[in-house]
Amino acid sequence: MNITPTTRMPSPTTSSPSTEPVVRVSGLRKTYGDKVAVADVSFEVRPGEILGILGQNGAGKTTTVEAVAGLRTADAGTVSVLGIDPQHDPAPVREVLGVQLQESRLPGKLRVAEALRLYASFYADPREPEDLITLLGLQEKRDTAYDDLSGGQKQRLSIALALVGNPRVAILDELTTGLDPQARRETWDLIEAVRDSGVTILLVTHFMDEAQRLCDRVIIIDDGRVVAEGPPAELARQGRTGVTFRMTLNEPLEDVEVLRELPSVTDLTSADATTTVTAQHRRTDSGTLLEVTGGPTVLPDVIIALHSRGIVPDEVQTISPSLEDAFVALVGHPSEEDPS
Amino acid sequence: MTAATLSPPRSRTGTRGLSALIAAEAKLFLRDPGNLFFVVFFPTVLLIGMGYAIPGMREPITDLPEPWLGLRAVDLFAPLMLCVAAATGGLTTVAAYLAGYRETGVLRRMATTPMRPQGVLSAQILVQLAGVAVGGALSLLVASLVFGTPMPQNPLLALVVFLLAVAAMFSIGVLIGGLAPKGATASGIGMLIYFPMLFVAGLWTPGPLMPDAVEKVATFTPLGAASQAMNDAWFGLGMPWLQLAVMAVWAVVVFVIATRTFRWEV
Repeated sequence: MNITPTTRMPSPTTSSPSTEPVVRVSGLRKTYGDKVAVADVSFEVRPGEILGILGQNGAGKTTTVEAVAGLRTADAGTVSVLGIDPQHDPAPVREVLGVQLQESRLPGKLRVAEALRLYASFYADPREPEDLITLLGLQEKRDTAYDDLSGGQKQRLSIALALVGNPRVAILDELTTGLDPQARRETWDLIEAVRDSGVTILLVTHFMDEAQRLCDRVIIIDDGRVVAEGPPAELARQGRTGVTFRMTLNEPLEDVEVLRELPSVTDLTSADATTTVTAQHRRTDSGTLLEVTGGPTVLPDVIIALHSRGIVPDEVQTISPSLEDAFVALVGHPSEEDPS
Repeated sequence: MTAATLSPPRSRTGTRGLSALIAAEAKLFLRDPGNLFFVVFFPTVLLIGMGYAIPGMREPITDLPEPWLGLRAVDLFAPLMLCVAAATGGLTTVAAYLAGYRETGVLRRMATTPMRPQGVLSAQILVQLAGVAVGGALSLLVASLVFGTPMPQNPLLALVVFLLAVAAMFSIGVLIGGLAPKGATASGIGMLIYFPMLFVAGLWTPGPLMPDAVEKVATFTPLGAASQAMNDAWFGLGMPWLQLAVMAVWAVVVFVIATRTFRWEV
């Protein structure tokens, strides 16, 4: 991925890298009639990071970023983008903030290169549209009308339009929804490249894998409030108490209870490997599948206990804690479940 | 907060790129065959169709007093086509475009850039106006070349009537486009108003052929007033103050309502 650094607008951070937040949201509240979309949300986005905003549909993510973009007037709380309040002074914020919103299409007959040139003309110091066409791999589609693009190409054009103003902050809302796995991975690579070119990114998503892969930090919003904040790996560890691993034994284990009594084991399930496990284990005709959770020493403890009985596990797989688990623990539902 | 603060140049924010936006909307207009047909060619097609398909249209009128005596029925349609052009642009395409732009998020995306969504509106209306002007001019040209229809005796008045008619029709279009949730809905509502408008304008009973009772009511509709005033300009029948006032009131009142009720968000 080749990124040509372009000259940026007033760049006060070049002399001394600043750690002042680029975006600061404090006590944000927004209601629509009786419905509270955002109850109380506060967070900061630091320069050069990708901050993920996670939550279920209807949790208040989009309303939050719309307030940051100055598209919504908050009922309470303060928002600042590079020191400017988009609620009261949106015009200068629009110059430095690129926004990719879900459900925003373009006129169907507008072509890729035309759209980029048109949007570039709105900004004081735009990026070169041709560079973005290259960056987003849209060279072959430059003269294709918007309606004739695939979902992934539309999404890439949408990202390009969010970047064409040479923004210092970009808001990307649900950018891989509806993309196939290949297109998602390509989009992720692209976002990392954009961040590496110096753009601070606010990423709204309900995909845990996307957040875990891309975000330096995430906040989880539930019911209009921030319920957790931190690096994805850290949140994932908090969501799980201890270590979990699975092992297959190529012989039936009669005295499972012996393992259960080990002090470091907190949870143990066993099953007949031939009936319950996945294809990769099925070659074991009369084995046992164990899933064990426990304290930090649980893995060696179990191995030693088995070894003293002359049993060597066929296969051991430790289960990495996932953000999904943390999310379920915090919010009480899987991330992709629609609460309605 | 000094390190991360910046104050970009504020000048021209909101109008920067407006000419590019107008050019883009013009291109999009030309790429839409529906626009080209209805806004630019429909009045002309209608005129030619009337002139050739309906028997007797090109026979001199013998049973009406001056100034109609000696004209042909098809001549009565030439001024009417300018009104048809205004109504077609305002009620069908303007309404559908604006609602469609909101429905598909074009306005919302624009709202995130330094360009204002009002800029898209202005560009779109400007382009449609140009389309209506070309469509009206084309129908006049064809009326003159094909049927030898006389041109207006009072061209200045005809121009004023045309502008007021366009203003009234476009205001209604903006009102519909601002309220209808979808492009298709706006199109449907526009059509529901379009045909009664054509009726009161006299498409089926042009000029002096309209029954008196209908004509009295039609005077207070925007396109009926436009059509009557256009006839006065064409055939030198005096100054249609009432009709001019009716059009102006429609244009202003509806436009004010449209700007107050326009929904930018889905």
